[in-house]
Amino acid sequence: MSGIVAQDKPDLQIDQDQGNFSYPEDYAFDAGTGLTEKTIDYICDTKGDPDWVREFRKKALKVFQDKPLPTHWASKDLENIHFDDFRYYLSKGAKPKRSWDEVPDDVKKTFERLGIPEKERAFLAGVEAQFDSEAAYSNIKKAVAEQGVVFVGSREGLKEHPEIFRKWFGKVIPTGDNKFSALNSAVFSGGSFIYVPKGVKVKHPLQAYFRINAENFGQFERTLIIVDEGAELTYMEGCTAPKFDSVTLHSAVVELVAMKGAKLQYITVQNWSPNVFNLVTKRGLAHEEAEIKWIDCNIGSRLTMKYPGVVLKGRKSRGEVLSIALANNGQHQDTGAKMIHAADETTSNIISKSISIGSGRATYRGLVHIPRHLKGCKNNTECDALLINSESRTDTYPAIVTRGEGNSVQHEASVSKVSAEQIFYMQQRGLSEGQAMSLSVNGFVNELVRQFPMEYSVELKRLIDLEMEGSVG
Amino acid sequence: MKNTLEIKGLKAGIGEKEILHGLNLTVPKGEVHAIMGKNGSGKSTLAKVMAGHHDYEVRGGDVLLDGESILGLAPDVRARTGLFLAFQYPSEIPGVTIANFMRAALNARRAEGEEIDAVEYYNELYQKMDLLKIDRSFTSRSVNDGFSGGEKKRNEILQMAMLGPKYAVLDETDSGLDIDALKVVSHGVNSLRGPNLGILVITHYQRLLDYIVPDVVHVMAAGRIVKSGPKELALEMEKKGYDWVETPVPA
Repeated sequence: MSGIVAQDKPDLQIDQDQGNFSYPEDYAFDAGTGLTEKTIDYICDTKGDPDWVREFRKKALKVFQDKPLPTHWASKDLENIHFDDFRYYLSKGAKPKRSWDEVPDDVKKTFERLGIPEKERAFLAGVEAQFDSEAAYSNIKKAVAEQGVVFVGSREGLKEHPEIFRKWFGKVIPTGDNKFSALNSAVFSGGSFIYVPKGVKVKHPLQAYFRINAENFGQFERTLIIVDEGAELTYMEGCTAPKFDSVTLHSAVVELVAMKGAKLQYITVQNWSPNVFNLVTKRGLAHEEAEIKWIDCNIGSRLTMKYPGVVLKGRKSRGEVLSIALANNGQHQDTGAKMIHAADETTSNIISKSISIGSGRATYRGLVHIPRHLKGCKNNTECDALLINSESRTDTYPAIVTRGEGNSVQHEASVSKVSAEQIFYMQQRGLSEGQAMSLSVNGFVNELVRQFPMEYSVELKRLIDLEMEGSVG
Repeated sequence: MKNTLEIKGLKAGIGEKEILHGLNLTVPKGEVHAIMGKNGSGKSTLAKVMAGHHDYEVRGGDVLLDGESILGLAPDVRARTGLFLAFQYPSEIPGVTIANFMRAALNARRAEGEEIDAVEYYNELYQKMDLLKIDRSFTSRSVNDGFSGGEKKRNEILQMAMLGPKYAVLDETDSGLDIDALKVVSHGVNSLRGPNLGILVITHYQRLLDYIVPDVVHVMAAGRIVKSGPKELALEMEKKGYDWVETPVPA
């Protein structure tokens, strides 16, 4: 079911078979390939969507069809996406099955190295259609429920909490924001809906693992998180295990809302197989004195385009994006951040670290906007790139628009290389070439990773080790 | 031969250019040998060829560590076999602390899953640092990043102490050091001298050999060892200069 044609990219060196699992062709809930109004009706009927959602989806479909591909973005590779060849909906229960024995050995080894619990391995490898994490997390779930926190799937959210859901759904990221947000708005399924009531501080980070099901890791997941006045939440999305999926187009939309004085931290660590287009729109809306922080780590994929943003709508609100992108051979990570200052005394901070290996390519694309009438706004942007092997390339496009007086912006960028001398030095101490490179890369991201929650920083380090091991002969 | 580092008829160079023209040298364990020579005599090339630097190509001869040839081994394998090179210009590794770097290097010598115990490791590290009179705050700094010349060389000797090689080659360890730093580094090297370690000190100046007193001195010129003798030879070289030994001794 690959809808990707790699016609004019002969040098891509992607093993197209990687992650191609055998699927039985008798889906009970299969919308078929291609995207028309009929597909939308099919999705709505199967999911039992209310009428307003059906209408929303159909409008979005129109927008998607009318909108051209974003030509100003970095890559021509987008033109290789053949939208008609995809399946846009596979329902829960209709996921592929295969036995553990059929899972390739290197995949098993990766899971082992990453220390993924056995139950989760089976799910990630596509052996089990559903992953029941209820038992493992029931205590946390009970605890947050007692605090009045709503944590459900997006489908449940729109049905059972329409009064909050509808108020914010599609408001932070409108359907027409870009072609892929329109696509998501038309066919979304899966993702989380979270509401944290006023003043509630959720102690433990909530994770998507909490209630993984087949839908949750869908192609077009839609997440909406609202943290009410003075409340606090940390949310972790995805996992560091590679997803061995034959779905090659992933286009999620994540909307965050932080009300007055709220704090919201959203953490993503993703590791896609090298045939995936990962085109994601993520944005937060920060009200007065609120704080939104994105921590975003992108590893793998054929092409990732993702620019988490914060709209600083309320006075003294704060936005932050900390990101790490690793582009290995044949991959392109086009990532960055957007900070839209829309009130006085708002501050934003962007720290981006990218690593390019071999023919891998990393692009930083930033937008910081401070209009003329605002006072006392501050932005700090730091982009550092690390190149490994001479063919690597990196680009930085930091668009910073500041008008008016009394606003301050600071921008720093650096490009460094892992030199052959450095690797030789480390090898002379007994480290293998792979270990040496991995240590250099870990050193490069170290300062940033220290700000991550413990378990994520440990897993990220292991992931980098694995990537570097694979990148040397 | 057991317990020796042997270099036999070693020929090596970069690209078309041959720099070492059949070099012979034997360093037994427990001894300190010094190689003196002018700039361009091939001293540093020798050190790099032994360690397996990618720029150099070996054209003939052999390097044997305790009787086993190491020329076919990758640089990291040579290191784990017991060869240590103290670099003239050590590389900087930003973001990687000395403590983490040393731990990774030690773990690379162990089987997977048998990583060194943290307490054991720090005990060892602090003990070696005390021996070398290095302040404890040193270990939390990034490897060589922003180090002074003296700090870099001390870091090399600390690593040598931690890794416990069988043979150590010190390439121009005295370059860029003032007299105080030279004393500290020499003290470190001397404290590691013993029956289980063979040391080859490469230097341009006799001065270092006042502090690290060698058992044997070799003079190198034009890619060969042209003269060998007791430690007094170093003083003679200092006084007479290199010119009188430029012509290789007939075989």
